[in-house]
Amino acid sequence: MLRDITLGQYYRADSVIHRLDPRVKIVATFVFIISLFLVKNFIGYLVAGLFLCLCIKLSTVPPKFIFRGMKAIFFLLLITMVFNLFLTPGEALLSFWKIKITKEGIKLALMMGVRLVFLITGSSLMTLTTTPNNLTDGLEDLLKPLKKIRVPVHEISMMMSIALRFIPILMEETDKIMKAQMARCADFESGSLINRARSLVPILVPLFISAFRRANDLAMAMEARCYRGGEGRTKMKPLIYKKEDAIAYLVLVIYLALIIVLGRILFS
Amino acid sequence: MSIVLSHVNHIYDEDTAMAHPALIDVNIDIQDGEFIGLIGHTGSGKSTLIQHMNGLIEPTSGHIFFDGKDIGEQGFNKKTLRANVGLVFQYPEHQLFESDCFKDVCFGPRNLGLPQKEVELRAFEALSQVGFDPNYFYQSPFDLSGGQKRRVAIAGVLAMKPRVLILDEPTAGLDPKGREDILGLISSLHKEMKITVILVSHSMEDVADYVDRIIVMNKGRVAFDAPPKEVFSHYKELEEIGLAAPQVTYCMQDLATAGFDVDTSVTTLQEAKEEILKALSKC
Ligand SMILES: Nc1ncnc2c1ncn2[C@@H]1O[C@H](COP(=O)(O)OP(=O)(O)O)[C@@H](O)[C@H]1O
Ligand SMILES: [Mg+2]
Repeated sequence: MLRDITLGQYYRADSVIHRLDPRVKIVATFVFIISLFLVKNFIGYLVAGLFLCLCIKLSTVPPKFIFRGMKAIFFLLLITMVFNLFLTPGEALLSFWKIKITKEGIKLALMMGVRLVFLITGSSLMTLTTTPNNLTDGLEDLLKPLKKIRVPVHEISMMMSIALRFIPILMEETDKIMKAQMARCADFESGSLINRARSLVPILVPLFISAFRRANDLAMAMEARCYRGGEGRTKMKPLIYKKEDAIAYLVLVIYLALIIVLGRILFS
Repeated sequence: MSIVLSHVNHIYDEDTAMAHPALIDVNIDIQDGEFIGLIGHTGSGKSTLIQHMNGLIEPTSGHIFFDGKDIGEQGFNKKTLRANVGLVFQYPEHQLFESDCFKDVCFGPRNLGLPQKEVELRAFEALSQVGFDPNYFYQSPFDLSGGQKRRVAIAGVLAMKPRVLILDEPTAGLDPKGREDILGLISSLHKEMKITVILVSHSMEDVADYVDRIIVMNKGRVAFDAPPKEVFSHYKELEEIGLAAPQVTYCMQDLATAGFDVDTSVTTLQEAKEEILKALSKC
């Protein structure tokens, strides 16, 4: 049940997408998200959808795995769609009492729904195919120009990589603690809402203690190895662009052009 | 009171690229009052196996019977099972959460729905059984030493009055003195309370002195299931799977090859001493 959260979880495989430079994947995800907001018509979404499907296919990550993350945002999706459906002014198709469903509303609700699904799928795909370390390395590199205006890029990326690294560890820990309490006949599923909230205490207390212990250990280990920030720090595996990365950028440019031409100009 | 595992298989993360079998065709029959050592290299599936025994994990295929009833069957009462098969996890002190030791031990029996008097009685009894100093009953468990914390955690399971007690590497991370204390405690629990004990460890040395049956796991399969003497006689095979027989076995084997007339199947230090003295007196 805890494994349903795929965001921030790496799926180990050896595919073209996995091998791409993390910077390419970050830029691509960014471009993809922007493209979703550029699109104005059905054809555009079709192009975006096809592009996404192609990437998923290439990544060899089973679709089931990707869509598992969708459960977490199901309610957000529902609320967004309902709001758009009922609150968009325009030509009424159906109306009863004060509520009316408009043609524009249906269109907007569908667009928002598809957009959200694509957005989550696209970013899940990035985190599923890139190790947290690579991801933050890439981000640090891409944000380097911001150092000029005194943004602590290295520190931010270090914090991110630690946070990402800790997600699976803490999930495993939660699983272990839950099982240990279940072995003492703890019950997390039945009872009133208050009882259920109270039943979380035996999980949360050990979990927090363990998180603090780990944070303390990590800080010690970093200090023992003389970590003192990003100044003058070199990388064991510096990021270097390869041929595939160039091709990927080219594909991305073509995709963006297609979106702009088909999704905005031609059919609007 | 018996636990029977029949053709149990378990695959973690089935249907993903990470799928890998952790248990393969495991058949084990555990009878009342046994003291069993479950030995295996790290990753051999020991922890996975014991979590099947109290229904925390369900087998991918195969059946587990508790007192003749299939625990995978619908309507089987998992709560009763878990009260009867007490499982102490590895590093059990990491699961303590209450503000004082006594309250923490009460957690298990209270979950069983017992009246408050009975809950407190059991907690008191369990803490005494593990030899916990009454002066510390109402102290925060977080102020205690590692060995003492572990006692509290074990008491937390004992307070449910299980008829089978399973301990996952109870000596991990303790110093030699703490190890001996905990092992002695477990052994006396087995003797005095007549409960079935399954002791998980990756060290033969730990269990050789105490148990009367050893189950050796290797890569998810049961490699040996026999009394210690018999298992240790396969010390060459044990080495191949990354385990070792106790030092005593090696010592006696070497003495035998050097021409002494000793029984090589002894397992404990005490027996070995007697054997060597006997052999020397014959010289
Ligand atoms: N929750 C889990 N998810 C996926 N794989 C697991 C999980 N727990 C254990 N494993 C894997 O199953 C195998 C057996 O593990 P385990 O039963 O913990 O062995 P042991 O207790 O003997 O060290 C190992 O290869 C381990 O990586
Ligand atoms: Mg283990």
